Amino acid sequence: MKSICFYFQVHQPFRLRPYRFFDIGENHNYFDNIQNSWICKRVAEKCYLPTNKLILELINQHKGAFKVSYSISGTALEQFELYAPEVLESFQALADTGEVELLCETYSHSLASLASEKEFKKQVQLHKELIKKHFKQEPTIFRNTELIYSDKIGQMVKDLGFKAQLAEGAKHILAWRSPNYLYQHSEENGLLLLLKNFQLSDDIAFRFSQHDWNGFPLTCDKFVSWLDTEEAECINLFMDYETFGEHQWKETGIFEFLKHLPETVLSKSQFTFSKPSDLIANLKPKDKVLAPEAYSWADEERDLSAWLGNDLQDDAFEQIYELEDKVLSSQDEEIIRTWRHLQTSDNFYYMCTKFFNDGDVHKYFNHYDSPYEAYINYMNVLSDFRQRLSK
Amino acid sequence: MKVLMFGWEFPPHISGGLGTACYGLTKALAQKDTEILFVVPKLFGGEDNSQIRILAANQVINDLSPKESKMISKNISFIQINSSMLPYIGQQDYYNIIHKQETIKQEGQKFEFQGGYSENLLEEVERYAFVAASIAKQNDFDIIHAHDWLCYKAGVIAKQISNKPLIVHVHATEFDRSGENINQDIYKVEKYGMDNADKIIAVSDFTRKIIINKYQQPLEKVTSIHNGVIATENNNTHQQNSLNKKIVSFIGRITFQKGPDYFIEAAEKVLKKDKSFLFVMAGKGDMLNKMVALVAKKRISKNFIFTGFLSQEEVNKLLSQSDMFVMPSVSEPFGIAPLEAMQNSVPTIISKQSGVSEVLKNTIKIDFWDTDSLANAIYAVGNYPTLSKCLSIQGKKEVVETTWEKAANKIVDLYKQLQK
Repeated sequence: MKSICFYFQVHQPFRLRPYRFFDIGENHNYFDNIQNSWICKRVAEKCYLPTNKLILELINQHKGAFKVSYSISGTALEQFELYAPEVLESFQALADTGEVELLCETYSHSLASLASEKEFKKQVQLHKELIKKHFKQEPTIFRNTELIYSDKIGQMVKDLGFKAQLAEGAKHILAWRSPNYLYQHSEENGLLLLLKNFQLSDDIAFRFSQHDWNGFPLTCDKFVSWLDTEEAECINLFMDYETFGEHQWKETGIFEFLKHLPETVLSKSQFTFSKPSDLIANLKPKDKVLAPEAYSWADEERDLSAWLGNDLQDDAFEQIYELEDKVLSSQDEEIIRTWRHLQTSDNFYYMCTKFFNDGDVHKYFNHYDSPYEAYINYMNVLSDFRQRLSK
Repeated sequence: MKVLMFGWEFPPHISGGLGTACYGLTKALAQKDTEILFVVPKLFGGEDNSQIRILAANQVINDLSPKESKMISKNISFIQINSSMLPYIGQQDYYNIIHKQETIKQEGQKFEFQGGYSENLLEEVERYAFVAASIAKQNDFDIIHAHDWLCYKAGVIAKQISNKPLIVHVHATEFDRSGENINQDIYKVEKYGMDNADKIIAVSDFTRKIIINKYQQPLEKVTSIHNGVIATENNNTHQQNSLNKKIVSFIGRITFQKGPDYFIEAAEKVLKKDKSFLFVMAGKGDMLNKMVALVAKKRISKNFIFTGFLSQEEVNKLLSQSDMFVMPSVSEPFGIAPLEAMQNSVPTIISKQSGVSEVLKNTIKIDFWDTDSLANAIYAVGNYPTLSKCLSIQGKKEVVETTWEKAANKIVDLYKQLQK
């Protein structure tokens, strides 16, 4: 059996509004409802709605032969309810086909797995309940924010009852091994691991419209011929869902590519499509993966440096998690909810100073002019939040 | 490559950023197989001529024929300068300087120059151009390079005599100095220099835009080459001041161009929320009295100090006690001051309306008119230690890399282009 496993990440953060120091102690509205609603609606129109429609057509057309999986963050789901309910409905329609698997993640797309086991587990629980509520599915596979994984995280995820987790097929983890097999946590009978084939995934997600790439233009035939050269039991194509129509505009032909990919794969290659849970039911783990240090799917380094590592990021990160006990003991729902939104990884991403090199991708997702501006805004909000807590 | 360069001032006798820039630039160019003859109106002693030849215009023996003299006089006086403003002092000061128009007088075989920015500045500019003719005749060079409007006429005359290509280097325009109420005569001299130049160097994209839009120069003729900063051995450590307040410094001329009023407005906004700041305005200029009155009117004088003019040593001392440096300039072609603050490990906040903001990353950039954002930045640098630590350490690292060598490489490329 040779499978292709599609997993799409769907996420929208609650972006902060420009929160000036005058506001500290005066005003407790931190979030930019106008911008958040505008972006959510724009991405809905350019990506979520047309892509969902296409995926639904493909599922119907191929009668059980085409399957995909999604992870939709809790903050994204909240925003769909608030700003674009038709998006939520279209995801529900997809889930109802039975060919779509929903994965579990941290509710607010947070980095809690690196800070607090208690909070991490709580957020996973919350997300699980939300998925159940909206999609009537009980997720059994986990994916952590930005595919962050380590042995320790794998252990926590197993403790939570999940069978498998998605992670990056990073070179420094796999060395000579191929990502195209099922793997396993470093311990005996540990969590199963599905590793991203970053070469082929990024051919679609990042290089699809790059004119100076020697694979350009990427056609279905060309892509399928590449698949066929791979030694594989499963090829895991993991990417941001916003690839379709938002990162790669409609005009690049990305929708045409997606539309014809399933039929090309099914007719011209030995591959079929599988959901993550199909893979773990049918494949045996090939080897154990050792990951003493947490790593991710981001940037060249595949490390955590997009979110943590510089002083601004580390300081903000430490400060938000320092508040954990106080926040939880407040038993104030609004306070707890806000605290979780402030944990969203994007907040730390905006403070990344690596943009001097990795500029293009980072700038695209960033509404601040500089990491300093992002930090100032976050700290102003935190100052007010802390004041509220100590009252 | 031999370059005939016209400047107006050279360290140590300087009154503005122009002399410092010329020093850094020529020093770096000298490392690139470039032989520079640097002309100034007059030498004051102590100039560093270890790497370049410095020629004082008042030492040049005029050997023009009467016919040449006549032709050049005609070319020089094509613009009647009736009134004028000096480039590096404020508006009011300008009006106090009288324009004593005299025709060009030759005293013996040499011309007299006072140098600097004296009452006779406009006269001297013309005399300087006149001497440029003799200099061009007497020396061998491949390129002429003239810094700012004071030297444009000299550059053009040298070009007419020698037929060598001319680069004018724009460190500031009349629009930076005076806003929209420009002095038409200076504008005409600036435009004349640009029109007659083969290439124009702008110290920033900000200035390049002004040159293209307000002086109608073709895009391809104007190249932005950012200034560098001269590396200094500076191990100043931050000194806690005895007042136990966070010191926010404004150091510069107190003129329209530097935006002192926006600094005061932001100070008021910060102080309304947090009295632990002390604002220091160092420098003099035509808006000083107005600013003193404004601070009094806003009732923030308890947390606001005017120091008057400070020597370099005093500036360094102020910087070593400062918690941040603010440059809210309305229009700043480049702006070297924040680089000096960064060399002293002082966090900086600068306006986006400055050339230097195009090259710096580890600083906080605001629009000069957005005093809410300026106040917000001041508050944050004063209250979030990680932020100020980052700006201080990363800023210092960054400024080390802002070298004149980078600028010199680009200028040499331009020289080569023109030689072809």
